[in-house]
Amino acid sequence: MTFSCLQPPPLPDPHIDLESYEAGADLMVLNLGPQHPSTHGVFRIKLVLDGEIIVKAVSYPGYLHRGVEKLFEKLTYAQVTPIVDKNDYLSPMINEQAINMVFEAGLGIEVPRRARWMRTIIAELQRIASHLVAIGTFVLDVGGAIGGGASMFMYTFRDRELILDIFEELTGCRFHYNTHQVGGQRHDVPVGWDAKILSAIATIEQSLDMYDTLTSKNNIFRDRSEGVGVLGRDLALQLGLNGPVGRASGVDLDLRRDAPYHLYDELDVHVPVLMEGDCLARFKLRALEVRESIRLIRILLEDVPEGPIAALKPSKGPTAVKIKDGQWYVGVESPRGELGHYLIASASANKGMSPYRLKIRPPSLHLVSLVPWLLPGNSLSDAIAILGSLDPVMGEVDR
Amino acid sequence: MADLLANPWLRGIASSVVIATGVLTIAAWAIWFERKFAARMQNRVGPNVVGPAGLLQPLADALKLLRKEVLVPRKADAVLFRLAPALALFLTIAVVAAIPWGKDIYVADLDIGLLWVLAMSGMMLFPLWLAGWSSNNKYALFGGMRAVAQGISYEIPLLLSAMVPVVLAGSFNLREIVEYQSVHGWFAIWPPGIGVLAFVIFFATSLAEANRIPFDIPEAESELIAGVSVEYSAMSYGLFPMVEYVHTWLSSAVASVLFLGGWSGPGSSIWIIGLAWMLLKTSILFAFIYAMRWTLVRFRADQLMHFCWKWLVPVTLGLVCLAAVWVNVTAGGR
Repeated sequence: MTFSCLQPPPLPDPHIDLESYEAGADLMVLNLGPQHPSTHGVFRIKLVLDGEIIVKAVSYPGYLHRGVEKLFEKLTYAQVTPIVDKNDYLSPMINEQAINMVFEAGLGIEVPRRARWMRTIIAELQRIASHLVAIGTFVLDVGGAIGGGASMFMYTFRDRELILDIFEELTGCRFHYNTHQVGGQRHDVPVGWDAKILSAIATIEQSLDMYDTLTSKNNIFRDRSEGVGVLGRDLALQLGLNGPVGRASGVDLDLRRDAPYHLYDELDVHVPVLMEGDCLARFKLRALEVRESIRLIRILLEDVPEGPIAALKPSKGPTAVKIKDGQWYVGVESPRGELGHYLIASASANKGMSPYRLKIRPPSLHLVSLVPWLLPGNSLSDAIAILGSLDPVMGEVDR
Repeated sequence: MADLLANPWLRGIASSVVIATGVLTIAAWAIWFERKFAARMQNRVGPNVVGPAGLLQPLADALKLLRKEVLVPRKADAVLFRLAPALALFLTIAVVAAIPWGKDIYVADLDIGLLWVLAMSGMMLFPLWLAGWSSNNKYALFGGMRAVAQGISYEIPLLLSAMVPVVLAGSFNLREIVEYQSVHGWFAIWPPGIGVLAFVIFFATSLAEANRIPFDIPEAESELIAGVSVEYSAMSYGLFPMVEYVHTWLSSAVASVLFLGGWSGPGSSIWIIGLAWMLLKTSILFAFIYAMRWTLVRFRADQLMHFCWKWLVPVTLGLVCLAAVWVNVTAGGR
């Protein structure tokens, strides 16, 4: 990994000056969103159209801003976990892990092996669930809410349901789990959990073949996604993209392999990388990653470590965790890329019980930053397909 | 009673009321059928609350829509805005007039029956464009423009592929086309190659005329939200999907008349069996349309045009020529 020290050349401004556009062109401004069904949340893009072709795209995120980073400064460390569930609402487990890992780094405590084992399995299951939503919604965007896309969407949601059931059995919740805490896990593995996981991932593995038949072997789907919205490797690097979108454009970076955490250093993570960078590549790459996650879960379930699931005693009150002065950054591989948390702790902030500042590096924000580059030159239909293939989560973009 | 029906005026009014009502009723339950069918395809249950197996769901939907207020946007062209759905319904029902549902079950036995059907369904562009333009909404405008572009393009292969049975049977009269097939066999099977290709193309292009997936770009929910009907509410909205269902049903009926022998079949000399054959063939085509709808994704507007002008138009032109040659070689019959 050498590119971290490279200084990228300045990017050209993607927003063209409309005065310089073809004289006499009859341009139309179209507001895509914030309540458009295909923007995956409340996201607004101002499109300047020449006929159906997009000339200029300006993105306006911020409609889902909840001020969580400011809220972190008021809450204590133990109170933060349930809040971050709502950031990337398609992978809340990984959000919880990421934020607790930065607190653990601040405290300098070692998480027990059994808890790390649980976190690895949970992270991979959550990755599968999140990618299933991404696959389903992309086909939904290409194929229509009343049509073939909806069928695919239903199938992927049916499979995601299996994973939500597994999480429900573990935590009692289906969406906002609050099962991670500083130093380990809150809930231990229920009896028969591994058998349930194995049957669920076997079902999902079978359905993946069916999805393949329905989509990448379907000519209309290929026509709609192949060569559409091509993202070059250089632009991906300059905009700081990693995760599935970056890897579909040839950015060979995966924190599970390159900066391992949890139990990933003991696993041999095969990172799929595609070079095409179009919508179809992004779509295919997610399916490949689901297969890889299934393989990792099977390996993990072979050997169940015994021992405690938390390094600290279960917190009796919200003030149990105190972090002294310092700065820490922890990045984990979320289903959308590097999810980073940068913590500045200070003994003066709420007597050391709250973060002085906690900055989130959301991968979705970097995905949304692609909009002015990728959309111009494509038609309105392709714009929807491209947005769907990026799979941003607005809760994370706006925070 | 019998002498009342002998009066051509009364007979015309009675037959049109009965057949139009029948078609609209079938279309209402076609909506139920589709919802159940799609639900089964997607591992869902579908409507099951209103009536046994949800059979009264179409009625409940219609009642709900009728009770709502028809909103006209302030800057919309109010007259055209209200006219569009009514015109759409009128044109769709006008198609019914020329379709023979059985040996003697039709409203009008027109010598140019096929032309009437194609003209009326071709005029469906007007209400769509009116709705798209008068709504004063950019998404609706896009929907209207796409509808017109698609309709004009797909009209040509539709007409040309419909010419194949006309050339073979030597008549524009739908009843005579069916009678020819009842003697000589279905056009979808005979003559080999030409008939089946014409059938497939006619079926596909009539999907484009009825705005069904994979040709449903005028409404394209994921891009244009609801396309032309985005500003409509209450029953003036409800008419658009309803017209679409009737249109799809009628397209299936016309396809089965032209290529699958219409009402002909074993025992079709008894009128009710002939009607049953016709409804069965139409229903199978209709179900096929929905199986396709819930499986495929949609084309992009420019891909749609390429497909039409570069493939369908030349192929159908060739088919018409081949059919003419076939008729000459076999001297008009077999």
